[in-house]
Formats: sequence, structure tokens, C-alpha cells
Amino acid sequence: MGTLILNASSQTAVESRMAMTETIKAKNLAGTASAAGDPHSTGTTMAIQDVTLRYGDANGVLALDDVSLKVARNEFCVIVGPSGCGKSSLLYLAAGLNDATSGSIKVDGREVIEPGPDRGMVFQSYTLFPWLTVRANVEYGPRRKGLPAAQRKQIVDQYLDEVGLAPFADHYPAQLSGGMKQRVAIARALANDPAVLLMDEPFGALDSQTRGTMQKLLLRVWERQQKTVLFVTHDIDEALVLGDRVLVMTARPGKIKAEIKVDIPRPRSMDVILEPEFIALKRRILGLLHDEIDEDH
Amino acid sequence: MAQRRTAWTRLTTPFANIPASTATALALAMWVAVIGGWALLSYGRVVPNMFLPTPGTVLQTTYRMSLDGSLLYHTFTSAKVVILGFIVSSLISVPLGLWMGTYRVVQAPLEPLVNFIRYLPVTSFVPLFILWIGIGIEQRIAVIFFGTFFQQLVMISDCARSVSRDLVNASYTLGTKRSEAVWHVIFPAALPAILDTLRVTMGWAWTYLVVAELVAASSGLGYISLKAMRGFQVDVIFMAIAAIGLLGLITDTAFRIVRSRVAPWAP
Repeated sequence: MGTLILNASSQTAVESRMAMTETIKAKNLAGTASAAGDPHSTGTTMAIQDVTLRYGDANGVLALDDVSLKVARNEFCVIVGPSGCGKSSLLYLAAGLNDATSGSIKVDGREVIEPGPDRGMVFQSYTLFPWLTVRANVEYGPRRKGLPAAQRKQIVDQYLDEVGLAPFADHYPAQLSGGMKQRVAIARALANDPAVLLMDEPFGALDSQTRGTMQKLLLRVWERQQKTVLFVTHDIDEALVLGDRVLVMTARPGKIKAEIKVDIPRPRSMDVILEPEFIALKRRILGLLHDEIDEDH
Repeated sequence: MAQRRTAWTRLTTPFANIPASTATALALAMWVAVIGGWALLSYGRVVPNMFLPTPGTVLQTTYRMSLDGSLLYHTFTSAKVVILGFIVSSLISVPLGLWMGTYRVVQAPLEPLVNFIRYLPVTSFVPLFILWIGIGIEQRIAVIFFGTFFQQLVMISDCARSVSRDLVNASYTLGTKRSEAVWHVIFPAALPAILDTLRVTMGWAWTYLVVAELVAASSGLGYISLKAMRGFQVDVIFMAIAAIGLLGLITDTAFRIVRSRVAPWAP
């Protein structure tokens, strides 16, 4: 394959990340290795290294161009970017649902080749199994793993409780609202105790009020469960409310343009969007994304 | 709001619901109109009774043939042919269709061939079947099989192919292996659509009955219709047609019940 790794020839991942951070002069990102200052960080969970994705042959569309990033253990990392920038494609690669043209993705040091339960994923579309009840949906992963019934029940009860849907355990997905379906989807992914939780605009199809509720719920679950999350969205508010770190992606070909550390203290309330610190970060990301759109024309 | 709309507006609004009582009344009125029209044409001698029997004569014939057991006998023979042909066809078409819809490598060789065969008229194969299989019940079952199998295969493969990719992807991220996806995800996800396909093709199987009993049958509803034609017993033909329609209605209802039991989650 005529893989084109355009500018990775001399830079290591850390160097290239440092080059990126130079675009954000105001923030101190010294050390750079992902969320170095993160109190509950104890190492790298996911390492994406020089990943390029080209659809079709060597002349096909370049969807991702030499993307490198690291997600620290228990970090909440958010990728934000314009639609069509390849941020979802990157998540599908991380899940193992698609093959990169070149580059490598490692989770806990192991190369990602196939999809697997160590990389739970929540999709934008509703992907609950409609023929299974809420309980059986959450139980699906533990059942595939061959866990004994008693242990499965304990896991299912725990996570249904976590997302507040215990009273709906025997409902079918068709009987639930969109927000409830995504809560079950989160519980179902967590029931496998994945090393990393991949979330592809999971609240994109929800109305804004439900989205706020879901963000609050996700933060609560994340703070309690201590999970590594890689979250993709095009909503800047969502990215800043949720993330420890926000990576801004450029469009076609997808590249990581900037890395912004979100130093807003936790636990965060939904009112955080009114804080001057938040607004300053939002202005910076908006500026980065606007540059993108201007370059397009 | 709705109260201010006239009844006519409500009935002529696209996709609007009508009261259950209105729906039942309309359905009954249709039957009354058809049977009434038939009665008018036959009792009024608008059409000679030799061609169009009166409802009374058909009822009398049905009563007579019910009493001597011949109606039940012929009905049973026909039902056996149709149901056996349908079951054999479904047993092969459901798994093969699932594979065809799931794996391009199965679809690629099969689809062009199946699309060629399924446009061939079943009647053109009757002489071949007689040569190959003979004139027993197997030949009639073969006709039903041939009429339903290829249609089922294409439709069931479409059911499998239209399963959401993200549903399968989600199952992979939950620990499903590629080889397990057909059984654990694609089959249950496609099941409601597969049952609908079976219900529709069961109706088609009934329509091939008379073709199946055209040659060399000695019993069955199609057979007595053909025999009645030679003797100008139009009442018997009418009875046989009504019996086939009624049997179709029964199997259709049975499939609807099975679907609501097996796939209660599906709308």
C-alpha cells in the first residue's frame, strides 16, 4: 500500500504533541504527556500512534492524517471537531471496528487488531438489542464472557442502579425514551469493565435538556467508577463540561490541531458554562474551529 | 381541535386513524357488497347459473360435501401438500438466506442464479418434475417448493442485510466473535422481518396449489376444481376457491399470532 505518512518522518509523538501545543500559548502544557497533572492518572491506557486512514486505494479520500494521541488511565479525554473531520472514524479504529491504513493503536500495551470487550463503545445511534430486555442487554457482555449467573446478576444490578434504571430492568428498549436507551447503553458497556470507554457523540440525538441530564449522569458515573473515557463530540460546551483535556481536530484530512487542558475543578455543575474560565476556553476552541472553516473556503 | 373537524375531513386525512367500529363496519359492508352483488347477478339470472352459481347452491354443495367427509378429505390433502412444501422450503431458505444476507461470499455466487430462477414460471417446470419425480405427492410438494423457495431466499437475505451495522458493531465491542454474530445478533434482529416474509410467502404457496394439482393428482381442492370444470359443477369450484381462501386466512392469522409470541418486542 502506498501509505502516506506526511509529516511524521522525524517527529516522535511527544514532539509532535509539543508542536501542537505551541498553538495554545496561554496554557501551560509543560510535560505534555497527556494529563500529567491529573490527580488520578497512573499511566497511559490508550496510545494512538501515527494513525493514517485512507478510504479506497492510494488516491482515495484521506480521512485521518498521521494522528497521535495518548489517553491516561482514568482520564476523560474529549475530541471535538467539525462534522466529517474523521473523529468518529478514529473512534471506530480504536474500537477495532475498522483497520487503519498505517500506524498503531495500543490499549494497555496491547495492539488493537479486533474489536473486543476491553474497549466498550457507546454509539450515537441506538444500538440496544431490541429483542432483549434492559436487564438482558446489560447482561449480554458478562454472558459472552461466560460469567456465572450469580455474578452476572450482581453486575447487572450494580450498573442498572448506577444509571438509575433498576425499575425498568424488565422493559424492552422500544418502551424507553432516547435518553434512557443511552443510559442502558452506558451500563451495558460498563458491565464488561472495559479498559477504555469509547463514546461516539452518544448524546447527539437527544434534546438539549436530556443531553444536560445525561452529561451530569455520565460525570457522576465516571467519577465513581474511575474509568478511562475517549469521548467524541462536535458540541464545544459538552467537551468542556466533561473533559479533562480537549483535542481539537481539523477537517479533511483529520489531524489533531490543538490540545487544551481543562483546569476547571471537579465535581463540575452544569452552571460551569457561565464561568469566565469556561468562556475563555470556549472562545479559544471556537477560534480554532473558525480558522478551519475559513481555510475551507 | 379534532372536534372542530368534520367527520369527512377526519376520514380523508392521510394516515389518520379511524374508530375501530368504523373500520369493522367498512369491512363488513365490503363483504355484504361482494356477496350481495353475487346474489343479485346469480338469482337475477343476469349471468346463467351454469357459469355463476347462486350462493344458496354453493352453501348446499358445501353442506353435502361436508357431511360425506369429502370436503375435509380434499382440504386435508391440499393442506398437507402446501404445508409440507412450505416447511421444506423455509427450513432451507431461512439459514441459507441469513448467510446470503450476511456474507458477500455466499451472496456473490447465489444471487445471479437465484434471480434468474425466480422469474421462471413454475408451470414450465411441471413436466420436468413429473419426469424426474413422478406423479406422487412429492411432485406436488416440489411445485410448492419451487414456487416459494427462491422468493423466500431473496427476501430473507434482504431481511438479514438490512440489520443495522451499528447493532452488529456494538455486539463486537461487547465480546461477540465474528462467527457468532449471525446467530447472536443478525438472526434475532431480523426475526420479525423473517416471520413477516414467511407469512407473505405462505400466501404465495397456497396460490401454487392448483398448479401443483393440475396433473396426476387424485385428491385435493385443486383437483376437485379441475374435475368440476369438466362436469360444469361451478358450485364445487366456488366452494374450493372459498376453502383455499379460508385456509390462507387461517395460516395468515396463525403466523401473526406466532410473530406476536416469538417477537413481542417488535412493532
